[in-house]
Amino acid sequence: MITLTTVAATGLFSYSWLMIALPALAAAILLVFGRILDASGHWLAVAAVAASFVVALVLFIQLLGADPEARSVAVPLYEWIHTPSWTIAAGLQIDQLSILFALLITGVGGVIHVYSVGYMAHDERRRRFFAYLNLFIAAMLTLVLADNYLVLFVGWEGVGLASYLLIGFWQHKPSAAAAAKKAFVMNRVGDLGMTFAVMAMLALFGSSAFADVNAGAAKLDPFWATAIGLFLLLGACGKSAQVPLQAWLLDAMEGPTPVSALIHAATMVTAGVYLVVRSHAIFEAAPIAATAVVIVGTVTLLVGAWIGTSKDDIKKVLAGSTMSQIGYMMLAAGIGPAGYAFAIFHLLTHGFFKANMFLGAGSVMHAMDDDVNMRNYGALAKVMRVTFLTFAAGYLAIIGFPGFAGYFSKDHIIEAAFDLNVWVGLCALIGAGITAFYMTRLMLMTFFGEKRWQPGVHPHESPWVMTVPLIILAFFSVIGGVLMNFWIQDWLEPATGAHVHEVSLVPSLIGWATLAVVAAGIAIAWFVFGGTKKIPATAPASRNFFTVMGRNDLFGDAVNDTLVVAPTMAASRGLVAADRTLWDGAANGLGVLTSGVSDRLRRLQNGQVRSYALTMTAGVVLVGLVVVLVQLG
Amino acid sequence: MSPDNYVYLAAILFTIGAIGVMVRRNALVAFMSVELMLNAANLVMVAFALARGGLDGQVATFFVMVVAAAEVVVGLSIIIVIYRTRRSTSMDAASLLKL
Repeated sequence: MITLTTVAATGLFSYSWLMIALPALAAAILLVFGRILDASGHWLAVAAVAASFVVALVLFIQLLGADPEARSVAVPLYEWIHTPSWTIAAGLQIDQLSILFALLITGVGGVIHVYSVGYMAHDERRRRFFAYLNLFIAAMLTLVLADNYLVLFVGWEGVGLASYLLIGFWQHKPSAAAAAKKAFVMNRVGDLGMTFAVMAMLALFGSSAFADVNAGAAKLDPFWATAIGLFLLLGACGKSAQVPLQAWLLDAMEGPTPVSALIHAATMVTAGVYLVVRSHAIFEAAPIAATAVVIVGTVTLLVGAWIGTSKDDIKKVLAGSTMSQIGYMMLAAGIGPAGYAFAIFHLLTHGFFKANMFLGAGSVMHAMDDDVNMRNYGALAKVMRVTFLTFAAGYLAIIGFPGFAGYFSKDHIIEAAFDLNVWVGLCALIGAGITAFYMTRLMLMTFFGEKRWQPGVHPHESPWVMTVPLIILAFFSVIGGVLMNFWIQDWLEPATGAHVHEVSLVPSLIGWATLAVVAAGIAIAWFVFGGTKKIPATAPASRNFFTVMGRNDLFGDAVNDTLVVAPTMAASRGLVAADRTLWDGAANGLGVLTSGVSDRLRRLQNGQVRSYALTMTAGVVLVGLVVVLVQLG
Repeated sequence: MSPDNYVYLAAILFTIGAIGVMVRRNALVAFMSVELMLNAANLVMVAFALARGGLDGQVATFFVMVVAAAEVVVGLSIIIVIYRTRRSTSMDAASLLKL
């Protein structure tokens, strides 16, 4: 194993902050200069992300050429916080892991930017949209390039802010505003775990730098290692929409489709996986926390797939699928050194094919007058040739069709899961089958069968700014797996301490089993939705337990409402009542008392000089009496 | 010498003045009663000054006289103004200064 050493930044590496600064600057310019940039601002945003991508690519090539020992470069920026107890330096860490993320974020993010130029062409707030997109990219890059947890947390919160702004971008829709709030609040719950973790690190290690935390993790008290691990997991659950903090992801579909693509493929939900892999030293020191990660991942991969099977909204199917796929990544990250590289591998391939399919769904919606109901689609394969073919590439990638990207990355995870525990492996295997089922269902309902279009809808292929990104992403959905299959484990070994497994192109026994399960999933979907089967215009009523649960997102909202929202509301109502009766009562009572007494006293001021004289005399006599009495006493 | 008799006289004068202020309606008479009270106080001070052989009380009397003179100037002019507008010097009638 190669030991992890960090070399000081020289040459081009000292400019790596440009990756973050360029999109941030572009976002600022777009917001500050206002309407002047309405006509051209989006190209500025695209250029900023493209420039970031070029910087990332150049650095990546430099790292490729460097010795494996010299592939982790520290770029100190400045001293951020200086107190007697702690000194926190803001810095960047360019290593094998962060550069891959930077490439994914700027690459896929850039493609999504280009696509958005077409998708948002008729939106009068397009400039603002691009400003937020750039902010998103800058925040996510801060998150992955940071060299300590506190700077990471800045990016972490920036991502939360940007997602809030973008999910609620169509703020005139109450549902979008509510979805944005929901995402923000649920993310705060996760952030609580994150802050606890960072505070614990500062208290235990006196530093939040990755290097110090990794070095100290092995010697850590098991209780604290577990605590930090669970706190980090809570943070990861919030950002990555893992059970139990999954409910915001489906509502987040209220945002414009490119936002969904950005959140689900390049940014945001990948942050949780990144966090777990980056904190591998903590999780290796805390087997309980690692097991918790595996459980969360396994549960989420099944829950997400379950939801995906029963939605008619094309974006919600994809959202459920994202949850499910992120669940696979979490599962892999929880397995330990054997799984880290596979988690990142799947994250990258997922970034390609999920962005591809979300943008494809956006293209379909664009053609169908923003209708998202798949029951109103059908027979689009011929009308939208490019969208169909690119979507098909993403589809084959996600179900794990041999040779496509997802085949490699997902199979590795399933095999690693079987190595860990047969039951976890079986869950992952079943998840693959369900994935095949709901994705096939989506394909059949959207692109095949009869035309079920609403009157007045005339589907058409999207303009080139939208199809070119689709083609690029489809290309990587096809070759992304082969490209990285034999390389990524070696590459990531120093950064994650991953154990290199032998991989081959020929499926193992489990690989064959996976293929069989996937084929079964496709067959069932074909049997139900394929061929000339009628698809009713509204979802048929059902009392089937699985259907009802799936359609209601496994009652995630209801659970949240009963467990959290209702008690909170009751408590706040109680507080309001207490405020009105107790505190307001006391304050108002005091006022009433004072004014009543004053009213009586006022009568003494009658304007009669002689009565004043009488009062005064009486007063003097009284004082005199008191004096005399005191003297006598 | 014993100041007793002076003090008795002053007490009588003061009481007459105080009762005058409280009982009489006419502003001029009330005013005179006030002067009576002031002078009763003066008398006490002078008497005690004499008894103690100091000058403090006598000096203080001068201050009281000066203040009384100034007060008379202001007070009388107010009474005159009130008389001009209301054709009366009754204090009960002039009771507008209230809430």
